[in-house]
Amino acid sequence: MYGCDVAVVGAGIVGAACASECARAGLSVIVFDRGPVGGGTTAAAMGHVVVMDDSEAQFALTSYSRRLWRDLAAELPAEVHYEACGTLWVAADEEEMAEARRKEEFCRVRGLRAEILDEAALREAEPNLRPGLRGGLLIPDDAVLYPPSAAMFFLGRAPQNKIEFRAGSEVRALNPDGGVILGDGTRISAGLTVNAAGCGSPDLTAGLPVKKRKGHLVVTHRYPGHIRHQIVELGYLKSAHSVSSDSVAFNVQPRANGQMLIGSSRQYGAEHPGVEFGILRRMLERAAMYLPDLGRLVAIRSWAGFRPATPDKLPFIGPSAGNQKIWLATGHEGLGITSSLATGRLLADMVLNRPSEIPVAPYSPARSLLEGKAHG
Amino acid sequence: MSDANSRFEVVVVGAGPAGLAAAAAAAESGRRTLVLDATPWLGGQIWRGREAKGGSGSAKRWLARLQATDAVVARQTTVVAAPRPGVLLAESPEGPREIGWETLILTIGARELFLPFPGWTLPGVVGIGGLQVLVKGGWPLDGKRIVIAGSGPLLFAAGAEYRAAGADVVLIAEQTDLGKLARFGLSLPRLAPRKITQAAQYQASLLGVPYRPGCWAVSAQGADRLEGVTLRSSRRTWTERCDVLATGFGFLPNLELPRLFGCRTANGAAVVDDRQESSQAGIFIAGEPTGIGGEGRALVEGLIAGFSAAGRLERAGRLEKKRRRAMAFSRAMDRAFALREEVRNLASPETLICRCEDVARRDLEKFGDWRAAKLHTRCGMGPCQGRICGGAVEKLYGWDAASNRPPVFPVQIGTLRDPEPGSRGASK
Repeated sequence: MYGCDVAVVGAGIVGAACASECARAGLSVIVFDRGPVGGGTTAAAMGHVVVMDDSEAQFALTSYSRRLWRDLAAELPAEVHYEACGTLWVAADEEEMAEARRKEEFCRVRGLRAEILDEAALREAEPNLRPGLRGGLLIPDDAVLYPPSAAMFFLGRAPQNKIEFRAGSEVRALNPDGGVILGDGTRISAGLTVNAAGCGSPDLTAGLPVKKRKGHLVVTHRYPGHIRHQIVELGYLKSAHSVSSDSVAFNVQPRANGQMLIGSSRQYGAEHPGVEFGILRRMLERAAMYLPDLGRLVAIRSWAGFRPATPDKLPFIGPSAGNQKIWLATGHEGLGITSSLATGRLLADMVLNRPSEIPVAPYSPARSLLEGKAHG
Repeated sequence: MSDANSRFEVVVVGAGPAGLAAAAAAAESGRRTLVLDATPWLGGQIWRGREAKGGSGSAKRWLARLQATDAVVARQTTVVAAPRPGVLLAESPEGPREIGWETLILTIGARELFLPFPGWTLPGVVGIGGLQVLVKGGWPLDGKRIVIAGSGPLLFAAGAEYRAAGADVVLIAEQTDLGKLARFGLSLPRLAPRKITQAAQYQASLLGVPYRPGCWAVSAQGADRLEGVTLRSSRRTWTERCDVLATGFGFLPNLELPRLFGCRTANGAAVVDDRQESSQAGIFIAGEPTGIGGEGRALVEGLIAGFSAAGRLERAGRLEKKRRRAMAFSRAMDRAFALREEVRNLASPETLICRCEDVARRDLEKFGDWRAAKLHTRCGMGPCQGRICGGAVEKLYGWDAASNRPPVFPVQIGTLRDPEPGSRGASK
């Protein structure tokens, strides 16, 4: 039985964006997820729409996607809590300040707004940061949002009869001829299948170099105005680049309701899904180095989640190397929220043979096979 | 962790009747025992205020029994997490504290079940237990017209207390019907003879107050605050003018800590064996978390847990008969005061279910389970972390609203960040 044009496995924000873009182009889509919409990495994510520049390809994807978010902002329903609060990159010392200047120039040359803040301007922008920080870089067009509601909005945004969502349906395998085989053995055929299962994607596409990278977050009571931007330390670049050891970085977010999210941590090889106190403490310790009043604020919940990471820090978007009927949209690590819209758009462009606004080759699933372990 | 004040053979979390009994039994058996509680007093919610007054009745006896032992007491100490196996992290007036345990006894009691109905968020609508706390704290009710509506024996006790505080108790509406009540009453002499005297005392102090079985509040009205309540019985629907509506639909076991430790739960209660040991070896659970049963069941389960934790299984076994009787009483209570369908289902589409995050019933209806509803409506994500709405959705939809993510209670970030393993705050 022919089920649909496109079967999407995974109703996280990336799968939802892919489904939405395909359906809006007229294709019939069924989305499968073992849980609810946005219940995996999307549920655990911070929800930071941020332009990153580790590589030109990462910059191209994140800046394109941020533009799509900005274009969509007026349409986003209230529950998405989209706030263009900007990202404030904080430089603790001269070395980090040099990095701030490099990023500022990088953005400016490419036509994005960026503003260097000296020590006084930083104090004015975020009075609760500790004195003595060197300065910072404000990226005013970055934003924050509540990811599960965004994923839900994507699914609902397509024409009604074009997307069907099957919650609670576990996909056991991808049919090599297109379509999926469900946990109960049911086969549903499709023109092509998109593996957007995030951390579960290697279970469905053997050999896919996507690894789980664990992270922790803490949410506080409501403290409206305690911080005004998503604040990230530039030291983050030093710690986040390590692909072997556990690391923490100062990364806090003001929620629209006045709550604050406090991150972040990165762990490879951690399989236990629960909160780990050792790393949680290190993370909060790091955050308190930047926000000295943090210890007096009240935390109401902490949680841990897994990010789907690739060796070269770029996602897989496009047909898989071995099978043109099985496509991939996975491996976004910590940038899935940011890159979801661009991923959906690029995937639909390729499916429909439309021209894309940015080159798709850097995200081709074939690349890791070509380049082997060069990035690993 | 070498500090003598930070490591104990037996740690009892919660100093209500079950906790006092457990700590006394463990300490009398020669175990180095700590009993801690989030409140400044011993006795839990049920014996609140008794310690300061020198106690009375069973509260006095059990407080004295504990005080005669070497058990260490830590007040205003709230367990928030379990950072490592065998270690509790607690917030105390002296700051964060790590406490090591070899055997753990969880006697963390229960909380009131709140069922949402139209108007339940109006000022003037309160929980029965919450108002009892205010009254015990000296809050005057002089001349206030109060309607009590809900279910369970607490309605009587609360009515008597409110009246003693000067309230004009207009009506006590018990949702369960007369037939069930009568059957329950007839079982009392066999199951809990002492309850009869207690009931008679309440009845005497409530002379002249109408007590209506088979009657429940369907909505509360008022512009800015409560002005009246609409009640319903099998025969009619009418409105009573009142200043305060106190509601209570029974209790829910506190299961955050058992769940944090991975103890098995079933049907909304912790699962224990006949020595009160949970599915996790070395962790015992007694009192309300194993099933709502009140003071009598809490005391006997507490003793059994304390003796079992101390390895005195034979001594614990001698209490088996008492325990069985207490459990039979619990089951009779459950049957007698089971909530009728109409009462579980009073919320209208506009009624707020989650007061922290302003989530109305109609927002929840689209979802098939708690996790999906929570993710997409933020129901239960506010400061109470689902302690109130979780019980409501369990009754409304049969959803399992369990959560076991630390901290167990909201806590200063400083406590999570920088606990100073040690000793401060312990006092006898």
